[in-house]
Amino acid sequence: MVSYFSRKLVQMLPVAFFVTVIVFALTNLLPGDPTVTILGEQATADQRAAVRVEYGLDQPAPVRYATWLGRVVQGDFGRSLRTREDVGAMLSARIPVTLELAFLSILIAVAIGVPAGIVAARFRGTVIDVMTSFLAMSSVAIPYFWMGILLIMLFSLKLGWLPASGYARFTEDPAQNLRLMILPALTIGTAFAALVMRQTRASMLQILSLDYIRTARAKGLSELIVVLRHGLRNALIPVITVIGLQIGALLGGAVVTETVFALPGLGRMLVDGIFQRDFPVIQGAILFIVVAVFAVNLFTDFIYRILDPRVQV
Amino acid sequence: MTHVSAMADIPSAQRARPSRSPSAIFLRRVLTSWQGAFGVTVLVVIATLGLLAPWISPYSPLDINPDAFMEPPSAAHWFGTDEIGRDVLSRVLYGASVSLEVVVLAVGIALAAGSLLGLISGWLGGAWDALIMRIMDAFLAFPLLVLALAIVAVLGPDLMNAMLAIAITKTPGFARLVRSEVLAMREIDYIKAAESVGVSNLRILLRHVWPNVSGNVIVYGSLSASQALITESALSFLGLGVQPPTPSWGYMVATGIQFYQSWWMSFFPGLAIFITVLAFNFLGDAVRDALDARLGGRRE
Repeated sequence: MVSYFSRKLVQMLPVAFFVTVIVFALTNLLPGDPTVTILGEQATADQRAAVRVEYGLDQPAPVRYATWLGRVVQGDFGRSLRTREDVGAMLSARIPVTLELAFLSILIAVAIGVPAGIVAARFRGTVIDVMTSFLAMSSVAIPYFWMGILLIMLFSLKLGWLPASGYARFTEDPAQNLRLMILPALTIGTAFAALVMRQTRASMLQILSLDYIRTARAKGLSELIVVLRHGLRNALIPVITVIGLQIGALLGGAVVTETVFALPGLGRMLVDGIFQRDFPVIQGAILFIVVAVFAVNLFTDFIYRILDPRVQV
Repeated sequence: MTHVSAMADIPSAQRARPSRSPSAIFLRRVLTSWQGAFGVTVLVVIATLGLLAPWISPYSPLDINPDAFMEPPSAAHWFGTDEIGRDVLSRVLYGASVSLEVVVLAVGIALAAGSLLGLISGWLGGAWDALIMRIMDAFLAFPLLVLALAIVAVLGPDLMNAMLAIAITKTPGFARLVRSEVLAMREIDYIKAAESVGVSNLRILLRHVWPNVSGNVIVYGSLSASQALITESALSFLGLGVQPPTPSWGYMVATGIQFYQSWWMSFFPGLAIFITVLAFNFLGDAVRDALDARLGGRRE
């Protein structure tokens, strides 16, 4: 197991190298003069030259890349060009928001998707199956931002149950935090529920056709126990993998959803950074997202191997 | 077995159908499934409406009307008007051609570039393969929208750049697919035979490899279309895609956010995105099923 994962990490190294090159190249090709972002329009040529030296912008690109990478590896992402805030500190303020959003979204996706998938598989080919499949098809086709707006229109404006947007820290006001998080989490969660439902349905169908399920039925177990205890436990393994593999898509969805609901998360930080041409912020946010996706994929692989001992290492 | 004997009873002249090429059979299969029929019909309708927008839209998509700010849907304005009195229906119609154009071009570019890279990578192997595929893997490590955002940030927000960004994000998928198919093809005897009698690389790739790979590439392309549209509308929504005043579904929804009470401003353009994505998804599924049937249900 250990050797498998160390091998896997080594395989990832060249990919990780290119990822850092891409992030660095993208942000260093940003059009516009970064000194304008730092000093504003009115600065003199001398001031600009001084800032260039201060930020190392006068160095050739490979040198800047090496310096940048050396700092990033040590956890130093530099400072925002605009606010002079430490990007590492910005990240640690923003990450919990996105993390909470992701966690609640997955929770909702599983709470809706798994039961729906079980029911669809158990009643395969019936009206119920067709209906769930159609709903799933629709919910993946709804863009996040539109879903968010529809939810706000319904639950905030029409029914007045929940606030439309904003953010409260969980540590300061847990109730308000959850009230503000429900709609964003529903936005992403319902789209993900469709993926979870499809995978649950497919693997339940496969499992329910196996011999040991027939044995379980033959020995007189109730249908509920056959489906839930014997079927679902094995069917859930690929579902976990699907959730893990889609974490990147979830974080992409968070970018849009955080914008709709004015949540101060990682995605919002990235979009703001792009509009303000604040490249240390963009670099920090993107790098963190990619590393998070890497880590989750590795972790999913690990969980998969623990849950299913048949998978040979 | 019964249908075989039944076939034997039919006179041969009657049995002989007009010969159809595999692609005609494939197309027929796509169109006769309800998903395919739904997808194609909806897309044709949307594309037609988009193309005919200059003639059929009731107003200009850009005309500001100071007497009709944010009017709810009515007989004069079916989809209402926006915050500066522009007709939402007209803007949705014009937006169709903009979005579809981006999707078709982006997927087309990604298909061409990705297939080329995949062919080179799979056929040459060795160091080239390792280099190309590691770079593709690096691109795939980014969430689609995040990469597209980063690229648009570099190139600057506009329609063409959004299209290029989407094309770049979709390219690695095609490259990976084509490469794996080419690797499998390399082991097939007739390809080895062609190689050993000295057929040129280019000819083998174009005449023998590509035709066998292209089916899956088309499936992947049709499945990519909906992702491309979602990415385009998300970029436009964030203000990094189509730039105002050019009508764009994503940007219209974004404007509507500031005026929740005028629900029609964001509802109708969002509905247009939803229906189009749904149609692309149905079409993609139908294309995949048709190919599966052609391959004898290999995937299920």
